[in-house]
Amino acid sequence: PVTVRTSITSRYEMVYRSTTAQEQLALDAATAREADAALRPLQDASLGSLTVYVVPETSSLLPQGISVYVGKHRSALVRAGGGLAAFHTRLRQLTQVMSFTASSIAAALSDRVPNGQLSPDARRHLKSSLGYEITFSLLNPDPKSHTVDWDIEDAVNRYVQPVLDKLSLVANFSVDSQILYYAVLGVTPRFDKESSSFLLSAHSLPHVINPVEARLGSSAASLYPVLNFLLYVPERSHSPLYIQDKDGAPVSTNAFHSPRWGGIMVYNVEAPASPRASLPLHVDVDMVRVMEVFLAQLRLLFGLSREELPPEFLVESPGNEGLADWELDRLLWAHTVENIATVSTTLTSLAQLLGKIGNIVIKDDVASEVYRAVASAQNTMAELATGHLHSAFQASKEAVTSSERAFFDPSLLHLLYFPDDQKFAIYIPLFLPMAVPILLSLAKIVRETRQRKKEPTKMD
Amino acid sequence: MAAALLAGCWFRAAAAALFLGCYRAALASGVQDQAEQFFRSGHTNNWAVLVCTSRFWFNYRHVANTLSVYRSVKRLGIPDSHIVLMLADDMACNPRNPKPATVFSHKNMELNVYGDDVEVDYRSYEVTVENFLRVLTGRIPPSTPRSKRLLSDDRSNILIYMTGHGGNGFLKFQDSEEITNVELADAFEQMWQKRRYNELLFIIDTCQGASMYERFYSPNIMALASSQVGEDSLSHQPDLGIGVHLMDRYTFYVLEFLEEIHPASQTNMNDLFQVCPKSLCVSTPGHRTDLFQRDPQSVLITDFFGSVRKVEITTEAISLDRDLAGFESKLPKDELATEPLKYAEQLPVAQIIHQKPKQKDWHPPGGFILGLWALIIMVFFRTYGIKHMKHIF
Repeated sequence: PVTVRTSITSRYEMVYRSTTAQEQLALDAATAREADAALRPLQDASLGSLTVYVVPETSSLLPQGISVYVGKHRSALVRAGGGLAAFHTRLRQLTQVMSFTASSIAAALSDRVPNGQLSPDARRHLKSSLGYEITFSLLNPDPKSHTVDWDIEDAVNRYVQPVLDKLSLVANFSVDSQILYYAVLGVTPRFDKESSSFLLSAHSLPHVINPVEARLGSSAASLYPVLNFLLYVPERSHSPLYIQDKDGAPVSTNAFHSPRWGGIMVYNVEAPASPRASLPLHVDVDMVRVMEVFLAQLRLLFGLSREELPPEFLVESPGNEGLADWELDRLLWAHTVENIATVSTTLTSLAQLLGKIGNIVIKDDVASEVYRAVASAQNTMAELATGHLHSAFQASKEAVTSSERAFFDPSLLHLLYFPDDQKFAIYIPLFLPMAVPILLSLAKIVRETRQRKKEPTKMD
Repeated sequence: MAAALLAGCWFRAAAAALFLGCYRAALASGVQDQAEQFFRSGHTNNWAVLVCTSRFWFNYRHVANTLSVYRSVKRLGIPDSHIVLMLADDMACNPRNPKPATVFSHKNMELNVYGDDVEVDYRSYEVTVENFLRVLTGRIPPSTPRSKRLLSDDRSNILIYMTGHGGNGFLKFQDSEEITNVELADAFEQMWQKRRYNELLFIIDTCQGASMYERFYSPNIMALASSQVGEDSLSHQPDLGIGVHLMDRYTFYVLEFLEEIHPASQTNMNDLFQVCPKSLCVSTPGHRTDLFQRDPQSVLITDFFGSVRKVEITTEAISLDRDLAGFESKLPKDELATEPLKYAEQLPVAQIIHQKPKQKDWHPPGGFILGLWALIIMVFFRTYGIKHMKHIF
């Protein structure tokens, strides 16, 4: 485990050069966004690297009042000026935002740092795993009033798949979807006269998930962690339904999420124009609105939230790709460190187990897995030290797979505990009665031999 | 900008995190929120492992005990996918059961705890010490279905309830084997090493139950037992219609206590420690909290028996470009048709064939017995005369 003696050091390697002619051309673009797009093919954007372009103070590339612009890929534009010290602080903040900070690394190690030293929000990001299963569920508690159609396949292909493709470096993702009828939330919403709508208060939200979870079928899915995204269409008698936050204001996204589990969004159906419209009403779900919320929740579950930045920073929104390249880098740094910590704890505890229980048999394949895990972990550390994030991450994944396979091998079960008093209790009644005549006979033999030795002298 | 900078940041993960963590916590929420968060447990999901270890019809009460706890735990929100229920014998469909498909916990057949949605994961002869330890430590053969696994992580609170016949330092499984308190403590340590739990509540209802938690040494474990070392746990009431004792006293009163808990209740663990005083239980229930980091006063019953999730409001959504035409995936999809895997390749046949047979029982080495017998025979003939040997050889 990470003790007070273990520490992580980080080092930034900085290289300075002046811009090439092509980059100069790109930087002559009208807005920062276009410049960013034009600069992208010109960089050598390997994972984990950052390119910072310093533009003159008077440049019109960055809007007024903004001195740092963080792009979608791995580059940023910084306005010079304001003195060297201020510039250095800006640069330092920028590099921390785009790569990793002490808190993000500590959050990755959250289960090994002693309790009480971390803020509670450091513990809710998804753990690094080899794969994730994402399930989209549509809950329709009132099929008599609403016939809900959602084109989930198209939405997944258009909006979700790009994000998952980008994240495919991190893990394998599999997506499925289902529709559940007559699935109600566990909480009855209150009717609010002023807004003539139904409200779910913030403190009743924790109880919403449980009755639904039993029907989600997540136990039939794979052994990977499952992320559930639920879309709830309220019953006609409870429409429209809004979620209230702690201060009583309705939430704009009408959604909430639970760490390491997933998210729920409430989709209100507009009341039909004429009160005598025939039931059931046909509802076509606006998948873009829904996916915007679900993808935002997915980002939060992975820990890609935006931290507080000083007002002079402008961060470009990643658009349809869901996450910027440097956010992917952040995730990879954190996951690589987490993987290494996991491997070291696993192998240490395996060694301790073997030291403690002498009669466990280690099979050859378990041994080879352990060797492979150690080699991969050392490889990862070496690659991390030189800053090759991609190969470091791949090596760390291999190390984790091997160490988990070695640790959780079914043959390593120790079952036989023989306390000393049990050993005595079993074997003494067995051997003691048998041993008594033997010992007496041995004594008799010894006496006889001695007597015979003495006798010849006597006979003479 | 020709100055060469080599910024080296040296930080200790713990100290830096402490500083940033406190800073952020103070910024983000008011004082009241901070106080709430400090006392709240850091778990995000709940699991329950409920084990009944006795078989035979006259141990009906152990099955009823386990099913009562199962029922409470389900009622308070833990779904079946997060409960591992192990029952060593089938009482509901036992030929001696005058009311088939029922298991009652109150006399006069008031409460049927079997119901029609019971999911038993390990049944009958599958409830063994080995399987129990495999569930806890996670060393399960790859072919085990998901419902038989304990897939907890470092943010899981686990409730472990065991009942059956026990003694000083052991618990009897199936009338043929036993698990010792040292093995149990080692299993929990294995779980802690792999961070398979955030906090663990261990409840045991057997004779001399307190001996089972004496040897625990892993952090974040709270333990309750129905009787101290040297005392027997007694059963509650027989039902003359069914002909056996229906429940054990300790679990009966715990069940009564749990019936008043609902998912939003704020009752804490100190109330659970007071359940079943000596006047009702005849034995003295015990508990152990020295390994637990939080104060039992601030631990809610629903932290272990229920499943109350932490939720956060999603305050902002990302913006998507609506008109993006069908996105071409950048990754090359595998167009090659891979050969369908043959059956033999899917099974780790090589591992199975070449595996050395597992040594279940420790036998003294063969040479020892032979040597012993040789010694006995030699001494016999030496004492009573060599001439007898001639008749044998």
